[in-house]
Amino acid sequence: MSEKPLLLEAHEVAKHFGGVKALHDVSLTIRRGEIYGLIGPNGAGKTTFFNCLTGLYKNEGGYFIFDGVKLEADAPHKAAAVGIARTFQNIRLFGNMTAIENVMVGRHLRTHAGVFGAISRNPATRAEEGAIVRRAEELLHYVGIHERAHDYAKHLSYGDQRRLEIARALATEPKLLALDEPAAGMNGTETEALRVLVEGICRDGVTVLLIEHDVKLVMGLCERVAVLDYGEKICEDVPAVVQKDSRVIEAYLGGSVA
Amino acid sequence: MNGHLKRRPVLIPGQRPWLGFLLLAAVLVAVPFVAALGGQAWVRIANFSILYIFLALGLNIVVGYAGLLDLGYVAFYAVGAYTYALLASPHFGIHLPFWVILPLGAGLACIFGVLLGAPTLKLRGDYLAIVTLGFGEIVRIFMNNLNAPINVTNGAQGITLIDPIRIGDFSFAQTSTFLGVSFSGPQKYYFLLVALALLVIVVNMRLQDSRIGRAWQAIREDEVAAKACGINTRNIKLLAFAMGASFGGIAGGVFSAMQGFVSPESFSLMESITILAMVVLGGMGHIPGVILGAVLLTGLPEALRYGIEPLQRGLFGRMIIDPESLRMLIFGLALVLVMRFRPAGLWPSSQRRRELAESAD
Repeated sequence: MSEKPLLLEAHEVAKHFGGVKALHDVSLTIRRGEIYGLIGPNGAGKTTFFNCLTGLYKNEGGYFIFDGVKLEADAPHKAAAVGIARTFQNIRLFGNMTAIENVMVGRHLRTHAGVFGAISRNPATRAEEGAIVRRAEELLHYVGIHERAHDYAKHLSYGDQRRLEIARALATEPKLLALDEPAAGMNGTETEALRVLVEGICRDGVTVLLIEHDVKLVMGLCERVAVLDYGEKICEDVPAVVQKDSRVIEAYLGGSVA
Repeated sequence: MNGHLKRRPVLIPGQRPWLGFLLLAAVLVAVPFVAALGGQAWVRIANFSILYIFLALGLNIVVGYAGLLDLGYVAFYAVGAYTYALLASPHFGIHLPFWVILPLGAGLACIFGVLLGAPTLKLRGDYLAIVTLGFGEIVRIFMNNLNAPINVTNGAQGITLIDPIRIGDFSFAQTSTFLGVSFSGPQKYYFLLVALALLVIVVNMRLQDSRIGRAWQAIREDEVAAKACGINTRNIKLLAFAMGASFGGIAGGVFSAMQGFVSPESFSLMESITILAMVVLGGMGHIPGVILGAVLLTGLPEALRYGIEPLQRGLFGRMIIDPESLRMLIFGLALVLVMRFRPAGLWPSSQRRRELAESAD
């Protein structure tokens, strides 16, 4: 296990909703090029952590350092701009747009045509538009749903919708791809295909942060895993160690293990 | 690219599109002459239909594309109209040419659009509607009361003797003859309006199928996901308001010049609602639908105005119901029926139809 350089450092991130402490001083580090798992029982604060990281929520305490720079993640589009892309637990696609259009929206961030370009259709805009379409097609190929490119997002199967969401996130050229329970509701075959896809994404140079319920998937896929329980990090290590940690077992099974 | 081509509106369906366009052009050219047979009043009605097409397509950017319900659109129309009126009338003794004032009016309306947009960015749906409604009323009330201490707008009396649009010695207000054909003032305005309407149609089409258009659509579909995709939703929404508003401003300027008179009465809430109704009734976000909506909602009340009296006399030999109230009754009934039986509008885009069909399930 070589020491890869750090990509993300979370320092004592805290967030509460009224009296409920959703995140209690959570610190963790993600290294460049790894697949990092974030697990924990329902309501442990995994998605809250995600939302703080991606600027959807404002954390009350702590801060993130991403790629050596402190995140001013007060708006989601800024998080996306520095290179953090995400998917959602409950898939959020643009349902009435086609699959390829969804991915094309993902290119918004890395393209520049404004109103005048759109109206005048000057050569620069046309070239950019062509590049957007080509890149979107490539990404659909990459996640394996190019045959459905011109179908409306909401007519895709569940597994394909997950893939489309990943393609759309990749279109923003992220350094860190944060996947919120991508395997939720998938059957064994679909989960296996997802595992292959995530491994491929990581191999192609994108660091992956994975929130997951499917412990088997996380243990097989992730290099390191952090476990959250009641908003606190109770463990962070390689999967083999995490699996045997007594606090983790307790958190998952409830009560002490006799 | 099929997805894009599919979405482009087809004005005349058919195997030979150029034939359709030729036919359309012939009809467009013939309209003012055919209308003139019934009197210049009908040419004016045609002009207003086109002015409303222009307005409705401007509002379509805000409501149809970005999905922001704007009930105060007429405020921008008013800003454009008053800009023209103040800078080209004896009221201040300023007589600037139209090609200075129209862009100025568009720019001012654009600033007003951003002014309205900025505080309402976090609002959606009904809340946004209420705020924009208030904004529209504020502008109208300002126009009504800005005659003291300094007389800016001349209050409820409005501004009269506004200059017509003039290019050199060529005035749009008088009758002139080209190639042996005599063109009346309204007929000349008709061609000017058609040119402007074609411009706004092209702008609408191109915006829809662009990076900005996709961003608007994404915001309409799911704002959180749009943000996560890196779209600066604040700027993109402001852009929609600004674009829509500047079209309203241009329409206002032309309206001023064409009428020669503006007063706050022309910019009531009812006007905003009518323009919104054109967009919704025709088919939100679908250019041919919006055009149809605008033509119907301007033409139908006028047709009823001229048609009801003779009809009643013919049927009963005398007037039974006051034509004015019957006209609004029929108009309202038509709106209700359309929305009941064609909720996506008379001529919706395939997309909008699908949205509604599935939300009804």
